[in-house]
Amino acid sequence: MPKEQANWSPYDNNGGSCVAVAGADYCVIAADTRMSTGYNILTRDYSKICKLADKCVMASSGFQADVKALQKHLAARHLIYQHQHNKQMSCPAMAQLLSNTLYYKRFFPYYSFNVLGGLDNEGKGCVFTYDAVGSYEKVGYSSQGSGSTLIMPFLDNQLKSPSPLLLPAQDAVTPLAEAEAIDLVKTVFASASERDIYTGDKLEIVVINADGIRREYMDLRKD
Amino acid sequence: MNFMASKQPENSLLGLESDSQRTLYVTCLISIELGSSLDVRYPYVTGTSVVALKYKDGILMAADMGGSYGSTLRYKSVERMKPIGKHSLLGASGEISDFQEILRYLDELILYDNMWDDGNSLGPKEVHNYLTRVMYNRRNKFNPLWNSLVLGGVKNGQKYLGTVSMIGVNFEDNHVATGFGNHLARPVLRQEWHENLSFEDGVRLLEKCMRVLLYRDRSAVNKLQIAKITEDGVTISQPYSLKTYWEFSAFENPAQGAIGSW
Amino acid sequence: MFRNQYDTDVTTWSPAGRLFQVEYAMEAVKQGSAAIGLRSKTHVVLGCVNKANSELSSHQKKIFKVDDHIGVAIAGLTADGRVLSRYMRNECINYSFTYESPLPVGRLVVQLADKAQVCTQRSWKRPYGVGLLVAGLDESGAHLYYNCPSGNYFEYQAFAIGSRSQAAKTYLERRFENFTDSSRDDLVKDAIMAIRETLQGETLKSSICTIAVVGVGEPFHVLDQGTVQQIIDTFETAAEQEDPATEPDAATGQEAAAEQGTAADQGGSTDEGAAPMDI
Repeated sequence: MPKEQANWSPYDNNGGSCVAVAGADYCVIAADTRMSTGYNILTRDYSKICKLADKCVMASSGFQADVKALQKHLAARHLIYQHQHNKQMSCPAMAQLLSNTLYYKRFFPYYSFNVLGGLDNEGKGCVFTYDAVGSYEKVGYSSQGSGSTLIMPFLDNQLKSPSPLLLPAQDAVTPLAEAEAIDLVKTVFASASERDIYTGDKLEIVVINADGIRREYMDLRKD
Repeated sequence: MNFMASKQPENSLLGLESDSQRTLYVTCLISIELGSSLDVRYPYVTGTSVVALKYKDGILMAADMGGSYGSTLRYKSVERMKPIGKHSLLGASGEISDFQEILRYLDELILYDNMWDDGNSLGPKEVHNYLTRVMYNRRNKFNPLWNSLVLGGVKNGQKYLGTVSMIGVNFEDNHVATGFGNHLARPVLRQEWHENLSFEDGVRLLEKCMRVLLYRDRSAVNKLQIAKITEDGVTISQPYSLKTYWEFSAFENPAQGAIGSW
Repeated sequence: MFRNQYDTDVTTWSPAGRLFQVEYAMEAVKQGSAAIGLRSKTHVVLGCVNKANSELSSHQKKIFKVDDHIGVAIAGLTADGRVLSRYMRNECINYSFTYESPLPVGRLVVQLADKAQVCTQRSWKRPYGVGLLVAGLDESGAHLYYNCPSGNYFEYQAFAIGSRSQAAKTYLERRFENFTDSSRDDLVKDAIMAIRETLQGETLKSSICTIAVVGVGEPFHVLDQGTVQQIIDTFETAAEQEDPATEPDAATGQEAAAEQGTAADQGGSTDEGAAPMDI
């Protein structure tokens, strides 16, 4: 009988943008807090950032239900890791686990676009960027989600990271100081929310450094 | 209806927008073809919007009592809000039979919880999370429960209001609405809601939302209930109707002034 | 020589209505080094004695974190204890995956007891040879449970299991009425004192005991050796300075406790009539 909704899809795009910037001794991970579906805003205060370990934080956009499932799965895996090894997982280890977890669902993927940021074993900032099925790369900065097409070229322009083709390989971390990186991230989101309707409401910034994890918020456009 | 057999509209596969989304969806379809048979059904009898908000002492929720069979108003006394255990209240829009199935799951869940008789009980947060898992697992099996659910409750002085959609999208907020309510009620709520709403003001605000929905949502009916949950428990009002005013001159002959060839 | 006809497998009853295999499993708990637990309204403390198998080896871990709100101390077959604590960890993870809230302690204990019970009723299985003291915190407060191989479980204010645990039990019985309102630190102190009772002459050092705490605002964790040694030092010096006369008293107390301890160890064979399952 009724057929208005016959074309059911198991996916939705709930929008949102994520950015991560790594520095010599810090990492900044940021995402907006808007959650949308189509032209509707579902809520203006939904955190896309998930603390996975003491020195490892993930920001994800895409399909919220998949993102939540992914976060819970990783949280459970991390608990098991802690029970077995009596320590927190390192950021590069979590990066590999995230990749494997995504690829495990290669043929019914988690529709989630992640950036993972944190400190590596030497205390240096690191950022890993992913696609939905698990291919990933260690970079100095990255952006994912609905506003990434606006944000990424801006970051490329501002951060002028050494080409990944250079030999010998150059360090990918940005030359900025922590405060400068936070400012850059704020600017980048203020700009993205001008043109991307899925980005806005509020910006959540997580800063990881030797002192631990710190959170900051900034208001964004609400329209 | 077999999902694979359904004809996809050309160019915009399921309305997905970007290329990456499309590729993802196609890969997923391929995997499904190889694996289990699909079981996406469609709704028969549906209820329309649920609107809920936090107020000073707890949660208020409103839903009308219509059950639509497509565009036919098939049932006129469907209760779409039910208490779940001591601390929670569940409202549903979408397929009525699926909602009643969910109520059976929850009855069992609460029964087993009570049988422990150990001073622990599932609060609204736990029930909401459980429902999220149920909805998401069913979408993973391509056999969704065709509902949008609203869960409100109070436990240990903590107010809770959350929602889950049929594919598992879930969040908490100070006010929520499903279906048409998202378009018509939430703008009103965003403008007028505040933390310290009294019970009377809360009811008035909900009635304002329900009246807007009644005027503009064709499947809404003028017979609704309002439910309240506080630390003291759930009360669901008797069905009642809202005062409406249709005598605006523009309503009397809507075609007047419309210029057409016939 | 007399040979028991009714103890070759778990599912055979003796005419006196006993299951010998299960009782033997209960005996295994008494062979293990001691573990103790005590609780106040807000905190639970677990303690255990670490005994190395040989001079050349390290000791085995006897206290396990299950989740932020639950931990166990074991006595008996450590290997079985590890299997059971892994099971408990899994249950906690699964529960919090579904409900995003911690699993109530009492419910986990019942699940654990049911698991142990199954092994007392299947011909192809063997009862777990381990006793578990389960410490935990949930919305109904702080809890301490004892789970035994028979599938029985009990809630306690304070309890001790394992070899020479009777001495610790005596200590705890003398003082348990004060525990409800004890501060966390006093509870830790009492835990160490109770452990000392089981040592029988051996001097108390942080290297031979492990202490763990869970409580309101304090996730389950094992105290590090330095902290434990500090606590031991404070009350050892306090006892020496304040009242040197108590020293010999304490010594006799220990001897008395030791006597009780040995009596308890023989208990299994002496009072044949009582079924140890009741304990």
